[in-house]
Amino acid sequence: MDQFLQTFKDGIAIGSLYALIALGYTMVYGILKFINFAHSDVVVLGAWLSLVIARQAEAAMGWGAVGTASGAAPWWFGGVVLVAAMLLCGVLGFAIERLAYKPLRKAPRLNVLITAIGVSLLLQNSGQLPAFFGTKPKSIPPLVPDTVLFSIGQVQFRVLDFAVVGTALLFMIGLDWLVFRTKVGRAMRAVSHSPTNAGLMGIPVDRVISFTFVLGSMLAATGGFLWALKYTQVKQPADTSWTLLGLKAFVAAVVGGIGNIRGAMLGGLTIGMLEQFGSAYLRSSLADVYVFGLLILVLLFRPGGILGSAAVDKV
Amino acid sequence: MRSLVDSSIELRPRLGPTILASLWPIVVGIAFAVAMQLFVKPNINDYFAKQLLDIGISIVLAVSLTMVNGFTGQFSMGHAGFMAAGGYAAGAVCYYVSLRIWGTGGARGSILSGMPLDPSGLPSFAVGDLLFLGSLLVGGLVSALLGFLVGLPSLRLRGDYLAIVTLGFGEIVRVLIQQTEPVIKTAAEAAQTPVLELPIHVGGALGFTGLPKYTSLFWAYLVAAITIIVAFRLKRSTFGRAFLSIREDEIASEVMGVNTTRFKVWAFVIAAFFAGVAGGLFAHTLGVGLSAEAAGFMKSFDVIIMVVLGGLGSISGATAAAIVFTLLPEVLRDPLATPAWIVVAILGVWASLSGLAAWRSREGGAERPWVMKLALKLLIPGACVVAIYLAGKNGIDLSPYRMIFFALLLILMMIFRPEGLLGVREIWEREAWSWLIGGRRKAVAASPPQGGGS
Repeated sequence: MDQFLQTFKDGIAIGSLYALIALGYTMVYGILKFINFAHSDVVVLGAWLSLVIARQAEAAMGWGAVGTASGAAPWWFGGVVLVAAMLLCGVLGFAIERLAYKPLRKAPRLNVLITAIGVSLLLQNSGQLPAFFGTKPKSIPPLVPDTVLFSIGQVQFRVLDFAVVGTALLFMIGLDWLVFRTKVGRAMRAVSHSPTNAGLMGIPVDRVISFTFVLGSMLAATGGFLWALKYTQVKQPADTSWTLLGLKAFVAAVVGGIGNIRGAMLGGLTIGMLEQFGSAYLRSSLADVYVFGLLILVLLFRPGGILGSAAVDKV
Repeated sequence: MRSLVDSSIELRPRLGPTILASLWPIVVGIAFAVAMQLFVKPNINDYFAKQLLDIGISIVLAVSLTMVNGFTGQFSMGHAGFMAAGGYAAGAVCYYVSLRIWGTGGARGSILSGMPLDPSGLPSFAVGDLLFLGSLLVGGLVSALLGFLVGLPSLRLRGDYLAIVTLGFGEIVRVLIQQTEPVIKTAAEAAQTPVLELPIHVGGALGFTGLPKYTSLFWAYLVAAITIIVAFRLKRSTFGRAFLSIREDEIASEVMGVNTTRFKVWAFVIAAFFAGVAGGLFAHTLGVGLSAEAAGFMKSFDVIIMVVLGGLGSISGATAAAIVFTLLPEVLRDPLATPAWIVVAILGVWASLSGLAAWRSREGGAERPWVMKLALKLLIPGACVVAIYLAGKNGIDLSPYRMIFFALLLILMMIFRPEGLLGVREIWEREAWSWLIGGRRKAVAASPPQGGGS
C-alpha cells in the first residue's frame, strides 16, 4: 500500500511536469505542424536561469536558504525567481521564432524540423560554454521549505510536493482558460485550424504565432523551474537526460493527441504514471522503454492519440 | 525497311559493355581499399590512420542516411541506434565464434586486416577475415530487421512521427544494451554456455570489451565504396526513382502508382543495413570501447548534420561532409599541428562554399563581373579560415565551439540554401555549381522543394 501511494504521488508529480512541457510541444505542433526540438532546451534554460537568479539574488541580499532559522529568504522569493525565469525564456522563445522559424513559414516541414534541431544544438552547446553555465551540474538552493505536512503510512507529503504539483496545475488551468475562454485563445485555435483562413478573417497570424511561442516558452521555463526544485541538482545543458525529458514530453503530447491541449495534460499524466509504476513494479532501468513502447502502440492502434481525432492529410 | 522491333533491339544495351560498366566501380572500389591499406597506411602515422578509419565509417553512415533523409525525404533520427544494434550483433558473432572455434577472442586476419605478414606466408585472405565479413553481414541484417520493425508502423503515418519514433528507438536500444550480461572471457565458459544465450553476454553497462580488432583501412573503405556504389545504383534506377518521387511529392507519386509505404520501408531497411555494417566496423576498431553510449542520439545528430550540410540527396556531398565533419575537431583543436595543409584546404573550400551559398541568395543582381562577385563572396568564409589559422597560431583551442559553428551553419543553411550545399546534385554536375559564379539560381529553380507535401 505504501509503495502504491508513493508511486502514485511520484507519478502525479512527474506527470504534471511532463504535461507542462508537453503543452509547449502540442501548441507549436497544432499551429505550425512541426516538432519544436528546441523546446526542451528552453526547459533547460528555465532551470538554469532559476538556479543562477536564485543564487545571485540570495548572495546579493545576504539571505540564507529558505527554511533556515535566521536571515532566510522570504516565502515569495521562489515566485520572483519563477517570474524572472519565465520572462527571460519568453523573450528567448520570441527571438527563436522570429529569427529561425519565421523565415521558413512557407518552407517544407522537413526544413523547419532541421532548423529546430539546429536551434536545439545551438542552445545546448552555447549553454555549455564557460561564459554561461559550464559543463558541470550544479544544485539550486531550496526555495520552498522542506517540512513534512502530513503522512499516510510511510509516505510523507511535503510542502515541496504540493508546490510542484500545485504550480503545474495552476498553470495548466490558466492555459486552458486562456485558450478556451479568451479572445486571443480563440485566435490561437483559429490559426491552428487554418492559418490561411484565419489570416483572411483578419487575425494577425504572425502575432498569434509569436504569442504562442512566448506562452510555450514560459510554460517550459515553469517546467524547468519546478524540475530544478524537485530534483535540486541541475544537469549541464547538453546532458542527454534533458533531450530525453523533452522527448518524453513530446511522446506525452502524441499519446494525448497532438495539437490538443487537454490531451497534452492527460498524456503527460499517463506517461508519468506509466513510467513510475513501471519502474516501481517491473524493472526500473527500463522506464524509457515503457514510454517509447507506449508511443509505438499508440501509433499502431490509435494514431490520433487518446483525445485526438484521426486526421486525414488532404491534397 | 526495318521494323520498329528491329530498331528497338538495336537500342538495347549489349551484354559485354553492360557487364563492364557495372563491374568497374566495384573493381575500382576494391583496388582503392587495398591501396589504402597496403600503400597509404605504412606511410602515415597511426594517429592519422585512425582519422582515415573514422572517415571511412562516417562515409558509410552519412551515405546510408542519405538514402532515407535525402532520397526519400523521410526524417530518421535514430541512425546511431541501428549502428549500435548492428555493432553489437556483429561483435557477438565474431567474438563468440572465435572463442568457440579457436579458443581465443583474438583476431586471425590477413595483412588486409592490418595483421603483420606471417613469415610462414599467410594467404592474403585468412579465415578470420571471412568470419569478420560474415559477422558484418549479420550485423547489417539484424539492423535491417530492426529497421523493418520500427519503420513499418511509423512510415505508414505522417513523416515527422518517424523522427520521434527513431529517436525513441535509439534510446530503447541503448537501455536494452545496458541490461545485458557481462562478457564471457574464457573459451571453457563459452563452451558451457548454450549458443542461444551467448548473444546476451555482451557486456551491459561496462561495454563490450575484448573484441578482435579486424577493422582496417581496407575494410572501412571497402564498405564505404560498396555503400557509395549501392547509393548511386539506387539513385539512377527505377527502384530508386520511386524514393525520389516520394520525396518530391508523396501524394503525386501515390497517384502514379508508387506504393509509397513499401518504398519508404525499403529505403529505411537498406539504410539500416548499412548503418549496421558501419556499426560492425566501428565495433572491431582498435582503441574503440563499444558501449551502449554508441546508440545515443548525439551520434545520430552528427550524421544528420553531415547529410543536411552536404546536400539532401547528394551522395558526393554527404561523403565530403563526412570527411570534413570528422576532421574538423582536430583542425579546430590545433590547426597547425595536424596534417594541416590537407585539412585546412578542405575546410577552406568547405567554409567558402557554405558561406557562398548563404551569401548567394542575398544579393540577386548580376551586374558586377563574376570575378568581383566571387571575390566578394569569398570575403566572409575567407575571414573564417584566417580566424581559424590565427587561433592556431596563438594556441587558442576552438574545438569547444565546434558544435555551435555547426548549429549556426545548419540554421543559416535552412534559411538561405534549404537544399543543402549541393542539393540532389553531385559534385561533378555543372548545375550544382552554377550558383557559385553568379547568374540566377538555375540549379535551385530546377529542383523542387523537399519534404512530403501536405
